[in-house]
Amino acid sequence: MNSFEYARPTTEREAIQLLAHKGAEVLAGGTDLLSLMKDDLASPERLVSLKRVRTLRGIQFSTGKGLRIGAMTTLQELADHPDVRQHYAALSQAAIDAGGPQIRAMGTLGGNLLQRPRCWYYRAGYGLLAQKDGKSLVPDGDNRYHAILGNAGPAYFVSPSTLAPLLIALGASVKLLGPKGSRQIELGKLYTIPTSETQREHTIEAGEILTEVLVPYDAQVRSASYEIRQRQGEDWPLAQAAVALRGNGSIRSARVVLGHVAPIPWRSEEAEAELSGKPVSEEVADAAGRAAVSKATPLSMNKHKVQLARVAVKRAILRAAGMQVEGL
Amino acid sequence: MPTCKYDWPPANERRLIGKRISRIDGPAKSGGRAKYTYDINRPGMLWGKVLRCPYAHAKVKSIDISAANAMPGVKAVRIMADVGKELLWEGAEVAAVAAVSEELAEEAVGKIKVEYEPLPFLVKEEDLSKAEGYTRPPNIRKVGDPHKAFQDPELVVSEGYYGAPVITHCCLESHGNVAEWTGPQSLRVWASTQGVSVIAGEFAEPLGISANNVNIICNYIGGGFGSKFQVDPWAIEAARLAKDAKAPVKLMLERDEELLVAGCRPSAFGKVRVAAQKDGTLVAWKSEVWGTAGPGGTTSPPLPYVLRIPHQDLKYTAVNTNIGPARAWRAPNHPQACVLTMCALDDLAAKLGMDPLDLLMKNADLAPNEVLARTYREELQKAAELTDWKKNWHPRGDKSPGPIKRGMGISMHTWGGNPHNSRCTVTIQPDGSVEVKLGSQDLGTGTRTVINIVVAETLGLPLEAVKVSIGDNRYPPDGASGGSTTVGGVSGSTRRGAVNARDALFAVVAPSLGVQPDQLEAVDGQVRVKGDPSKALSWKQACAKLGVRPIEAQGEQRQGAECKLNDGGVGGVQVADVSVDTETGIVRINRLTAVQDCGLIIDLKTAESQCYGAMIMGICYALYEEKIVDRLTGRMLNPNMEFYKLAGIADVGDLQVHLMTGPGYDERGVIGLGEPPVISPGAAISNAVANAIGVRVPTLPLTPDKVLAALGKV
Repeated sequence: MNSFEYARPTTEREAIQLLAHKGAEVLAGGTDLLSLMKDDLASPERLVSLKRVRTLRGIQFSTGKGLRIGAMTTLQELADHPDVRQHYAALSQAAIDAGGPQIRAMGTLGGNLLQRPRCWYYRAGYGLLAQKDGKSLVPDGDNRYHAILGNAGPAYFVSPSTLAPLLIALGASVKLLGPKGSRQIELGKLYTIPTSETQREHTIEAGEILTEVLVPYDAQVRSASYEIRQRQGEDWPLAQAAVALRGNGSIRSARVVLGHVAPIPWRSEEAEAELSGKPVSEEVADAAGRAAVSKATPLSMNKHKVQLARVAVKRAILRAAGMQVEGL
Repeated sequence: MPTCKYDWPPANERRLIGKRISRIDGPAKSGGRAKYTYDINRPGMLWGKVLRCPYAHAKVKSIDISAANAMPGVKAVRIMADVGKELLWEGAEVAAVAAVSEELAEEAVGKIKVEYEPLPFLVKEEDLSKAEGYTRPPNIRKVGDPHKAFQDPELVVSEGYYGAPVITHCCLESHGNVAEWTGPQSLRVWASTQGVSVIAGEFAEPLGISANNVNIICNYIGGGFGSKFQVDPWAIEAARLAKDAKAPVKLMLERDEELLVAGCRPSAFGKVRVAAQKDGTLVAWKSEVWGTAGPGGTTSPPLPYVLRIPHQDLKYTAVNTNIGPARAWRAPNHPQACVLTMCALDDLAAKLGMDPLDLLMKNADLAPNEVLARTYREELQKAAELTDWKKNWHPRGDKSPGPIKRGMGISMHTWGGNPHNSRCTVTIQPDGSVEVKLGSQDLGTGTRTVINIVVAETLGLPLEAVKVSIGDNRYPPDGASGGSTTVGGVSGSTRRGAVNARDALFAVVAPSLGVQPDQLEAVDGQVRVKGDPSKALSWKQACAKLGVRPIEAQGEQRQGAECKLNDGGVGGVQVADVSVDTETGIVRINRLTAVQDCGLIIDLKTAESQCYGAMIMGICYALYEEKIVDRLTGRMLNPNMEFYKLAGIADVGDLQVHLMTGPGYDERGVIGLGEPPVISPGAAISNAVANAIGVRVPTLPLTPDKVLAALGKV
């Protein structure tokens, strides 16, 4: 780990000023960034901790405006909030599933959305695109945990956030604040598949911070997330699906977003089309699962993830519809 | 009745032995007062860090330590691999640094410039056809006439492929030491070691000092499992850095280093044919097995495991790889042998249309001796009762609807567990206080507690009246803790030492009670006349008769020592009950049942704990563990606890332990237990998965990709 400056601003404005410095990085809960620094994968010259910026914390809810979550809200606070539990039960559960008690106590919503990929080549120092001598190691290497969708290259890692797919399914937006002011974009548009080592996996500009997440409220939406994890406890999902279904009886519209299968949270319009206008049943859910992976292009060692993604979609749909899901 | 003066007391006289007693150092450990090597901090102490080779195979072309040396706060830098040195695995030591802070030492390591010449390597051995040039000449052995035996058309023959990959020890306290020079020629080392009494010489020789002048201390250790016997290169280097810097040095491995270089378990893969008569009587065995222990070569697992099948055709090939050096892993070679044998027998049972428990019962007589054969029959019977096997077991393939399938599997194993040599001193002071000292170590198995129980039982005292001093090589020498030898060793020496001390006290006290010494007994905190409790002295009064001269008695456990207090050779049967999600390949343990013998049990609670720990470790390697090394870069991809997966508390299911005690077991004396219960989980769980889903998942760990592949869903 390199030596670095450490700043603890108390206002958003001050934070933005401190970030306008070469090599400055935002420190939220630190559960990812500190390990990146210890492994010399990140070497910021200045860390700007947002912990003391009060306006970045907290949760507000109204049926008219929906849910507003400050980016520095911890995962545990998110999981425990009575309005979240009542109106966004799937989100509360997904926050619990996002990590063990220590991670939930320190980790923040913003951090969860912007954490770096877990690709083991990236974490071993081969760069985000896992390249050695200008060629990606992933296709011929050990790609058991890598992408099966959106993997035309050169990026093969999977997006690690388990909250992003659900929030995207729920139609969430994020607010960003930077030297040029504030902007709001759909969460789905925050993510991008990098094509060069100088790009990141999101479109936040230098000096910008994520300040809040906005989730619309719709009493008719039924949502769920389903993670397929090898271990019951802390473990990265092998595949995840989040769905939001609109309409009683027949589905008027649906959003299906997969996690841990592509370099970005992967919205499956194929699965959404499959669901549209149909009542939820085991067969319909299964067909949507098949549709979701119909364009999957698995690598040499991860064909099983196609099956897992398909099952995750099916089970997420059944869970959202309140139907019984048999699964371990 | 006892016929030899050191014999264990008869069952009706045991107050402590065999009872369920909590470990005496539990509060110190759970309260954080127990000082592990990692917790040792000395005045002026420096931190040591090691620069390691990033290649699986390379030669050092140049090395420049000047920038590291020039850093303020860096007190010593040493080259461990000179120019021209060939390094055979990722993580091999290249240089070491001592600095005033851990962060600075880490930074200094990063400033050392090394040029390497990368060399060809092999890190994958499962596909033997791709290991050409890396294999050793095969070891071939035949018993009986296997060729002819397999030709008998009446026999039912089962063939299969099975295996277990390289895994690591993953000690929660990583390897390491704190080295402090107490004089120009004398060294003290706080070592995370399994061999307090035996490693001084390994430090002394390379450092050019006398073993007499090396003091080893290890009061608590956070796991060894066979990987902490030797003095590691980084331990010697810590002492050298301390000498150069003239200050104590702490050098503990980081987690990634721990997984890279501090030990792995050899792999074993093999094709097995096994033949039986239609009634299940085993006739013939053929196996072609290979595996790797890194660059050092390895030997075949003991095949066929446990059962001496009359005709055998065995071939074993060791593969040299660049995956890092292997070390003894809890019951070396047995878990692999167990998987190769017990999974093959389970598949044979399925082919015979036979209950695998019946198959094992029918062939129990093929065990190496009669004691073991009887043990297996009793343990199979007990396991069947505890799991309601006959009601719950079903033939291969759970036919119930839905994606979740349930299955049961069985396996059995064996281990030695004879005692190592051990010596102790038992001191009784005139004020009545008692201390037992020996250069042993408590790996977390409960050794301290066992010693306490033995001495307190022998002297008729409560546990807290005895001070147990271990973990220091200035005490009488005890063996290293490996091979499940410790409990037999320390109980044998301390029983003898305590009897000798007690008898010496009786000799002093007898005249004042007007009897011969052999008419006295030490019970309930008293020294009294046998059969006449009214003639008694309290322990304190009795000891006061010593005047100013304490008793210091010796006790020794060695082969052929007077009175048989211990034995070797245990069985063990385990049954796994699992559920498998056939859509995702996820396996969950519902219940794992262990039926285990270990002779006379000193502490039932810590004995059970050994079984629980072993079963959890078994679940870990059955479902999760694998040292994943990249074919392209030769580097370990999961040197962390994120992708080197271990079971969490929610993953282990319900663990059930039954220890065989009473007649037939107790009179054998004490037998070691640390290893046997870790042997069967892999095979039992694999068999349970096969029983649930109807097909064999050939190799451990039983990961979703492999389960789905076996089901034809990939």
